[in-house]
Amino acid sequence: MAIEILMPALSPTMEEGKLAKWLVKEGDEVKSGDVIAEIETDKATMEFEAVDEGKVGRILVAEGTEGVAVNAPIMVLIADGEAVPAAGATPAPAPAAAPAKPAAAPAKAPPAAPSAPIVAASVDGLPGADIAAEGPMGETQTLTVREALRDAMAEEMRKDAGIFVMGEEVAEYQGAYKVTQGLLDEFGADRVKDTPITEHGFAGLGVGAAMAGLRPIVEFMTWNFAMQGIDHIINSAAKTLYMSGGQMGCPIVFRGPNGAASRVGAQHSQCYASWYGHVPGLIVVSPYSAADAKGLLKSAIRNPNPVVFLENELLYGQSFEVPTADDWTVPLGKAKILREGTDVTITAFSLMCRTALEAADALAEQGISAEVIDLRTIRPLDVATIIASVRKTNRLVTLEEGWPYAGIGSELAILAMEHAFDWLDAPVVRVTGEDVPMPYAANLEKLALPTVEGIVAAVRQVTYA
Amino acid sequence: MARTARTKATNPVATNELPSADVVEQLYRDMLLIRRFEERAGQMYGMGLIGGFCHLYIGQEAVVVGMQTTVREGDSIITSYRDHGHMLACGMDSKGVMAELTGREGGYSRGKGGSMHMFSKEKGFYGGHGIVGGQVSLGVGLGFAHKYRNDGGCSFVYYGDGASNQGQVFESYNLASLWKLPVVFVIENNQYGMGTAVRRSAAGESLFERGKGFGIPGKKVDGMDIATVMREGAEATAYAREKGPVILEMETYRYRGHSMSDPAKYRSREEVAKMREERDPIESLRARILAAGMMDEAAFKSIDQDVRAVVAAAAEFAQQSPEPDPAELYTDILLDA
Repeated sequence: MAIEILMPALSPTMEEGKLAKWLVKEGDEVKSGDVIAEIETDKATMEFEAVDEGKVGRILVAEGTEGVAVNAPIMVLIADGEAVPAAGATPAPAPAAAPAKPAAAPAKAPPAAPSAPIVAASVDGLPGADIAAEGPMGETQTLTVREALRDAMAEEMRKDAGIFVMGEEVAEYQGAYKVTQGLLDEFGADRVKDTPITEHGFAGLGVGAAMAGLRPIVEFMTWNFAMQGIDHIINSAAKTLYMSGGQMGCPIVFRGPNGAASRVGAQHSQCYASWYGHVPGLIVVSPYSAADAKGLLKSAIRNPNPVVFLENELLYGQSFEVPTADDWTVPLGKAKILREGTDVTITAFSLMCRTALEAADALAEQGISAEVIDLRTIRPLDVATIIASVRKTNRLVTLEEGWPYAGIGSELAILAMEHAFDWLDAPVVRVTGEDVPMPYAANLEKLALPTVEGIVAAVRQVTYA
Repeated sequence: MARTARTKATNPVATNELPSADVVEQLYRDMLLIRRFEERAGQMYGMGLIGGFCHLYIGQEAVVVGMQTTVREGDSIITSYRDHGHMLACGMDSKGVMAELTGREGGYSRGKGGSMHMFSKEKGFYGGHGIVGGQVSLGVGLGFAHKYRNDGGCSFVYYGDGASNQGQVFESYNLASLWKLPVVFVIENNQYGMGTAVRRSAAGESLFERGKGFGIPGKKVDGMDIATVMREGAEATAYAREKGPVILEMETYRYRGHSMSDPAKYRSREEVAKMREERDPIESLRARILAAGMMDEAAFKSIDQDVRAVVAAAAEFAQQSPEPDPAELYTDILLDA
């Protein structure tokens, strides 16, 4: 049976090209893999190989012809003994028909037109609304954030032999910041692995082990160093579930201190919340209190997805009340109201919660009642809790240590616009780190970070005080 | 079908003598399937049925088919974006692979991965990775999991001469050797990293010796001769399972461009023609089989017809399978806790 050979597309964008040269003539035998023609586009000249076998029955497009449409017949192959088709028996090259592609998927339905005055203030349906908050703490003990994180890992490791901890100095040194203290003694060197200084390598190794079904906890000595391995966090860990159509999960926790510590300069003082918060396929957590650090880390370890867990060095030594029950967990994706108020909503996460609470005290003395929300999870964000608060206080000040450009505050501002525009009595104000690399000098470093005074000033601005 | 070769190969081949007739037939069949599948993929790309990037494996078939004979049930395999051959060799269904190339629901990743991103836990195939060298660290992690579980498994990590220059490959050598992980690093040296010849990109004499400083033994292997690949592969795998990582540098050649839109100006047509003429892994095996009288022309013809039918069915399926449902856009981002 005669086979029509069609003008090939050489790239996804090619629509037509020049048939520069035939390397076979009518009557020639063609085997698959033989180069039969040269095709030229504005970008390149490419060789065109035969896939089918047979004899060249008729050449339909003469060499040198320009503007031959993709998928137009250019030659007819015939089997041995088959008659050469008469000229005109095959349709003349027509303008390229669109390749046999099913109709494009319909675009997402446009959002409903804004309805007249919004009366209901329900936040049902917003992300976070359907997540139940943790229960009461019950009996507690005083622990540092450092101890709480260690306990979270140890408790989970006792229950699941597939969990292991890996990172620089996590085992024999007991952790660069002593977060993994005691784990080597309890779990042994097979489950608490000191790595060489090789973030790109061990980030990838951890992701591979997670794909194979283990549950790694990868400690970065600081998140600044994770930049060496960020390709594996985003390209390998976050995207593989999607790219595999749901087959290949990646249950891994990447953890370590994030943000500025004290006088360590630009390369060691950066907040990555907005960086990782940008990426679908990741869960991003940044706790403040020891109870949350423990409860969230346990939830992160149990979660079947890649979790970026952003701690803070300056909080490691801070003490908080922590439930004694070893099944204490805090749900991912749920914010927490640290202090209730009526005049303004202040959002914060990690160390900045402390600064926000101090600012709220100062504001109370000035007669302004601030509601302070600890975001706790950066992605997926608890939009419902934030929006409910903003609809109540009608004002929003966001606080973060990171840079302003495309930061978490920017995201919160647009969320307020999308979901609470009619309730806002003032434009949203962001309080952030300054838009500069972190300086070393003590006075400059102080100037680069958010302060209680800065928050108070922002709140006074939105309350027109 | 590739399964048969897999189970037959438990006794390593002592020399590069041909294995028994039934094994040889299966090897030939598996290589031919990859060749014909890739030719058809190239054709379908030309028809606009396959989009984006499409990296063909034509010319390199002996490497993956030969190595697969040393793979045991439970082992892990990982490779780069030139991955169609590896998937077929480890027994993944040609229909599912082709339908992924066309971006359809019936594809291995339900159309959401494409040519470079397919996986099969069942077959121990961990992708299909698009960042040059990324799969090397991931593959060492697969080896780590075998050792952690003490399951006797081995991780086969394929990468090219181009990836050999990535920093994380050296980090991976160090970790694999430090922790004595069961990993076979298979460098598919097809002479060009995209358009850059090895001699213009890699310092030093040879790629297989780059593990030396880490205590990893390496060997250069004629990757165009399947019997040699099988023999060296069996030896390397036994070493890896027992002692730790090992490197095999397969000297091979890709006939087609780096991807479909590569005009391949960096090498001459004569070079490619000469390689096809003198070193083609499929033709040379065929010639040896004929000379040894193990199969006759009729047997080859019958295999050829079978393989064509399989590829035609895959191409048909890949065009008939519907595009993914629009709702698929939002699925598989996170697993439910």
